[in-house]
Parts: sequence; C-alpha cells; structure tokens
Amino acid sequence: MDEKIEQQIETKNLNVTIDNNHILKNINVKIPAKKLTAIIGPSGCGKTTLLKSFNRLLEIRDDVKINGKIIVDNINILSPKLNVPDIRKKMGLLSQKPYPLPMSIYENVAYGLKIHHRISGKKLDETVENCLREAGIWGEVKDRLHDPASKLSVGQQQRLCLARAIAVQPEVLLCDEPTSALDPIAAQQIEKLLDKLKKDFTVVLVTHTLRQAKRLADYVIFLYFGYVIEQGPANQVFDDPKQPETKAYIKGDIS
Amino acid sequence: MNIRKIRDLIGTKLMLVLTIFVSLLFFLIFIILFFNSLLILESHSIIELLFSSTWNPMKDQFGLFPVVIGTILVTGISMLIAIPISLLSAIYITEYSPKKFKRPIRSFIDVLAGVPSVVFGLCAFIFLVPLVRDFIAPFFGVESTGLCIFTASITLSIMVFPIIISICVESFNSIPIELKEASLSIGATKWETVKKVIFRASAPSIISAILLGFGRAFGETIAVNMVVGGIPRVPSSIFHPGETLASLIASKYGELMSIPLYQSALMFVALTLFIVVLFFNLLGVFILRKARRRWKY
Repeated sequence: MDEKIEQQIETKNLNVTIDNNHILKNINVKIPAKKLTAIIGPSGCGKTTLLKSFNRLLEIRDDVKINGKIIVDNINILSPKLNVPDIRKKMGLLSQKPYPLPMSIYENVAYGLKIHHRISGKKLDETVENCLREAGIWGEVKDRLHDPASKLSVGQQQRLCLARAIAVQPEVLLCDEPTSALDPIAAQQIEKLLDKLKKDFTVVLVTHTLRQAKRLADYVIFLYFGYVIEQGPANQVFDDPKQPETKAYIKGDIS
Repeated sequence: MNIRKIRDLIGTKLMLVLTIFVSLLFFLIFIILFFNSLLILESHSIIELLFSSTWNPMKDQFGLFPVVIGTILVTGISMLIAIPISLLSAIYITEYSPKKFKRPIRSFIDVLAGVPSVVFGLCAFIFLVPLVRDFIAPFFGVESTGLCIFTASITLSIMVFPIIISICVESFNSIPIELKEASLSIGATKWETVKKVIFRASAPSIISAILLGFGRAFGETIAVNMVVGGIPRVPSSIFHPGETLASLIASKYGELMSIPLYQSALMFVALTLFIVVLFFNLLGVFILRKARRRWKY
C-alpha cells in the first residue's frame, strides 16, 4: 500500500476463536483513512467477525477469544486498560438489518448525543436535524420526528440507523452488508450515501455482492476461510488479482 | 362421507364445545357471585360496604373499609418490594451472570414459583414473624406481635419474585443481540443499554409480568392468612395486624353457613376480588397494546 495514505485501522496477527472454531487466522490488514474499504469473500469466511472485532463488539458473547493487535490511531484497542465505550464511539455500526432503538425517530438520533455530549434543547434539535439531513432522510421524517422509529420502512430505518451512527461523530463507519435486507431502490440510496460519506469517514463495508464492491470500493480485502488472501487498491485486486483464489472468486467460480 | 372426514368433523366440534364451556365458566362464576351477593346489597349499599369501617356481622355491620385498606397496603408494599428486586435480578441473570450460572439460577427460581403458598406461609410464620417482632419493628420503635401487614407484604413479595423474574428473563433473552449491539456501538455502556434499550424493548412483557405478580399478590389467601394477623381494623402502622379481602374469606367461611346475610357479605367480598382482577386484566391488555405500538423494535 502507498505509504503516503493515512492509515485508520491496522491489525497485527489477529486471531479470533468463537466457541472453539478458529474463525480468523493471522489477519494482517491495513485500512486507509477516509476511503471506502470493502471486505469481500464467500459467506462464512469471517467478514462480519473481522468487522465486529474493530469495535470490540465480538466480546459481548462469552465464548470468544481474541489474540493479536488492532491498532487505531496508534493505540492497540484490544488493550484491556481501555474504556470500551470510548472505542466503540469512534466506530459507527450499520448492521445487516436495521435495528432502530425502541423509541421515536428523534430519540434514536438523540440517543448517542445525550450520552456523549450532554446537549439538550435547541442545540440538540439542530444536531439531530443535521444528522438526519446527512443521512438523506430528513425530508421524509421532519413532520413525524416523534413517531416510533419502527413505523418507518426498512430502507428508511437503515438510513435512520446511519443518522444515529454519525450523530456521535465517529471516525469510522463499519457497515455489515447494510443493503442485504433492502429493496434495490433503498439499497441504491444507501450506496450513494456511503459514497458521499467516505469523504468524512473511513468506511469499512462488508459485502457479499461483488458488483457492490466494484461500484464503491477504493480498497479491497479478500477473505477466504479465515485467511486474508489478498488486499490492495480496488482496481488492482479486481483487474489484476495475484492469487488464484481471488481470481476464481472474482470470475465467479467460487461464491 | 368417509371415516376420516367424520373424525375430523367430530374433533372440530368437540374442541368448539369444550372452548365454549371453558369460556362460559367465567360468566358462571360471575353469576354465582353476583346472585349470592344480592341479599347483602338489598340492605347495604356498595358504598356503605366498602367505606364504612366497622366489621361486626353479629350486629349487622359489614364495613369492609379496613379490609380494603389492608389489601391495598399488603399488595402495594409487596409489589413495591418485588418489582425493583425482580427486574434487577432478571437483568443480572440475562446480561451479567456467567453462562454456567444461568441454568442453575433459573432452575431455582422456577422451582420457587411452583412451591405451594402454604409452604411460604409456614416459613414466614417460623422465621419472619419473630424477626419482625424482635428486631425490625423495635428498630422502628413500634411494638408488634410480628403478625402484621409488613410481614404479609414481605411474604407476598417473596412469592411474587419468581413470577416476575421468570417472565422478565424470558423476555430479555428474546431481545435480538443486534439491538444491544446497536446501542453499544454508539458507545453506550452496558447499564445505559439495559436502562434505555432493554427495559423499553421488553416493556410489554415487564407489564405483563408485573400484572401477573400483582394478581398473585392480590389474590393470595393462605400465606397471608397465616401471618397478617387477621384483624379487620384499619392498622395504625404497617407493623400492626390487618386483614385482606382474600384472607377474610378464608378466615370466616366456616361461620358463613349459619347466617344468610353473613354468607352473602362474604360472597360480595369474593365478587369484589373477581371484579378487581378483571379490571386489572383489562387494564393490562390496554397498556400492553399501547406499549407494543410505542416501543416496538
């Protein structure tokens, strides 16, 4: 990778075992800042596990063992001394299916703001509005901010979750197949947003659709049965893959 | 018609008849209680029965006010104790306790839910009554025999724990892990997630659990009867004896054969119990529907 590009996340010999299954094996990846990095690979190869190790969400299950280092801003975030909520605040998460919190549209976005910034009143209203605008959903919800979030369509919920995530000003957006539960139009909206947001955030996108990765990615990591087979700038990985597994995957022989 | 079709038809009709029968029981009980209460209602108004404070059947005085107050106090205090303790332990079991403790703890609690109430009553009589008499009441500067509102409340709250805990654990477990992840990934702590997300998302179940617990506390008869003191007088402190509606029936039903008016008065008490439980059930359905709409996830 070009050394001039600023790095956001780097893993060193990351190994993850869940319930005695060795899911991730010696992962060494570098994820550039303010770019969109796609993690691709067949299902079950550990893409989501890798993504959720970045914000230490894996460890809420109690049968998970994690070894190695994950370096964010020159700090090994796996260090036990760190305050985990602070790490997670830096990393917004967009999950496969949108999970709005059981509260109103407004409260969903205000949730993180109230926790971290302790703001209220007009300031809070403004920030909520800005986040909803940035997630491209303001126009659709501005007249019903206090309706339950569950009343929105799935596509709207996913954009609401995006607004909720960016509200606490994370550095990274971790997206776990965020369009897989959506219809094509809603999926396209999310893709456009991610493409726009990568100017301000480092986006890590797990995807199982190769075409989506080709459309969006600046940088690609190819995972195969828990190993990183290949990583590099998108055009290089897609146009001139070095490894036979990558070639086969991109050709469509394995999926 | 072939034989399978006939069997199918008979099966369907049989289930229909049985279902109608079971539903009719509700009305049947209501009718029995209602018609048997009529005698007392002819000579005493409902207001008089519920709000006059002298209970002296021999002198034709059937004031239930002290018993109503006793019931409210015992049920209320027991729920005040039971709700927070149950919710917090249910959360601890689902969210915090190590995996290997989860099963055994839940088994203990489920067994506790099935223990007959007379056993709770006995244990309370042997253990709680002296404790309240010798330590707790003196600590508050009150003289008490130990047979009092407070002892009954504690006993009831212990009986209510397992019900609320059991339902809440079930409900907390059914919350999708992704919902917790959503909250945690914003940088919320575990406690913030519990408080603002898990409790809300399970609000409908928590309400059901509380109402079920309330039903048990409100209607519990024998365990209360053994420790509440059984005196239908408005208690001057929670360390004084009182009486509850259900316990009153249990204490007096032996005497009711002799005097028709007395019998009718106890029937009226039973009717009151029935109506209050009905009311709280309907209220529960209503709140549940509202909460489901508001806090769906």
